[in-house]
Amino acid sequence: MGSKINIKNLNFFYGADQALFDISLKIPERQVMAFIGPSGCGKSTFLRVLNRMNDTIPIAKVSGTVKIDGKDIYAPKTDVVALRRKVGMVFQKSNPFPKTIFENVAYGIRINRMHKDKTDLEERVEKALKDSALWDEVKDRLNTSAFGLSGGQQQRLCIARALAVQPEVILMDEPASALDPIATQKIEELVVELKEHYTIAIVTHNMQQAARVSDRTAFFMLGKLIEVNPTERMFTHPDEKLTEDYITGRFG
Amino acid sequence: MERLIDEQLGILRDKLLLLGGTTESALRNAMQALTGRDSKLAKKVVKDDKIVNKMELEIDRLCIEIIARYQPAAYDLRFVISVAKITPVLERIADHAANIAEAALVLNNEPQHREFVDLPFMAEVAGEMLSDSLNAFTTEDGELSRQVIKRDKEIDRAYDKVFGELIEMMIEHPALTNGAAHLLFVAKHLERIGDYVKDICELNVYLTEASFIKHSKKK
Ligand SMILES: Nc1ncnc2c1ncn2[C@@H]1O[C@H](COP(=O)(O)OP(=O)(O)O)[C@@H](O)[C@H]1O
Ligand SMILES: [Mg+2]
Repeated sequence: MGSKINIKNLNFFYGADQALFDISLKIPERQVMAFIGPSGCGKSTFLRVLNRMNDTIPIAKVSGTVKIDGKDIYAPKTDVVALRRKVGMVFQKSNPFPKTIFENVAYGIRINRMHKDKTDLEERVEKALKDSALWDEVKDRLNTSAFGLSGGQQQRLCIARALAVQPEVILMDEPASALDPIATQKIEELVVELKEHYTIAIVTHNMQQAARVSDRTAFFMLGKLIEVNPTERMFTHPDEKLTEDYITGRFG
Repeated sequence: MERLIDEQLGILRDKLLLLGGTTESALRNAMQALTGRDSKLAKKVVKDDKIVNKMELEIDRLCIEIIARYQPAAYDLRFVISVAKITPVLERIADHAANIAEAALVLNNEPQHREFVDLPFMAEVAGEMLSDSLNAFTTEDGELSRQVIKRDKEIDRAYDKVFGELIEMMIEHPALTNGAAHLLFVAKHLERIGDYVKDICELNVYLTEASFIKHSKKK
């Protein structure tokens, strides 16, 4: 399996503060890669590098290369809007728009003018809701407010919104950390299903979650990539003592 | 920092070592009952096997509880799995010790016609291997485990020798066939114990080096 994303010697700064140090990493296509590490170690920063969400932070500075499908996404002529369509993102706190369920999903399709006509739009919305395992729960109330959904449903709606614009990569930043165990399990099942078609990078502070859903796991500490390995190896016999100490809870 | 799981892992380790110690003395006592023609001691070994079974259950329960409560990973996980796998092996070794004690009960009712050939030697090697294997487990000593694994050959060689001698005995003195057959059982039990100790050592290697050597060729 080829790598979808290839990061080489990535350094990241917030002004004078360096948040990521010389990170080189390949993310294989159609797999789930989990990112774990203590709070503040740079997981979210790293994820945001992958679709240039950090561009909105004025003091942010990046060096090194990040290639997706062989193309440097920090090259000057990069179409950032197209990049963010290709590399979708789901956040910790679900953030639906104050609109109907339908409009939440339709939004991205509309602004990107992806649909031919109304029927096509409806079909795309339906497909996205099905792919995010939400359709059966909302098909009879598509025109009600998204805020009427439970937390877990809202999170799956955000996933549907990301899927609607046909991304290839999905970045998830602690997508289940605010959810109860059942809603969490649904998200996890969804992640595993989605990797059939998408490349997924997921940040989680829940070690068991990383162990359950990911194919490979990367461990960050203080802005450095300490270890990346197949998940099964990482959780049974990591190469690095630091990783071992972290996943067995030897330091807090 | 002391983790919540550490206390439980400590208890688990102690329980396993207690089981190991009990198994070692079962073997020692069974052999003593045989060579010293001590039927009282033999009966005690047979009876004490129940204690071993109870210990096995307790360890099982604790392993499951630790997995359920603490979701151990990495070394912790390998440790719990190793204990869970070593425990029934120790239980089986204790079974063999009890079987040796039962053979002793039969043999002690017959006149002693001959020395016990190489059986005490086999038992000594098996006992040493067992005690080394448990030391290697507590000290996470993969090297010692590998050495113990090699020693199993000593037992196998002694077994072949004992086997030949006992068959000869049966042919030359048909009247001793019953006794010789029971001694042969004892030899077989000791040979099996050597194999089981080898299994324990292979698990030790897994624990310390995270590679299974049981089914891999490069031993
Ligand atoms: N917008 C920002 N401006 C300045 N510093 C930031 C910003 N976001 C994060 N940081 C700093 O960068 C480091 C990494 O943060 P972050 O990527 O959020 O870590 P994580 O997601 O692993 O908790 C932290 O020291 C944090 O304080
Ligand atoms: Mg974060």
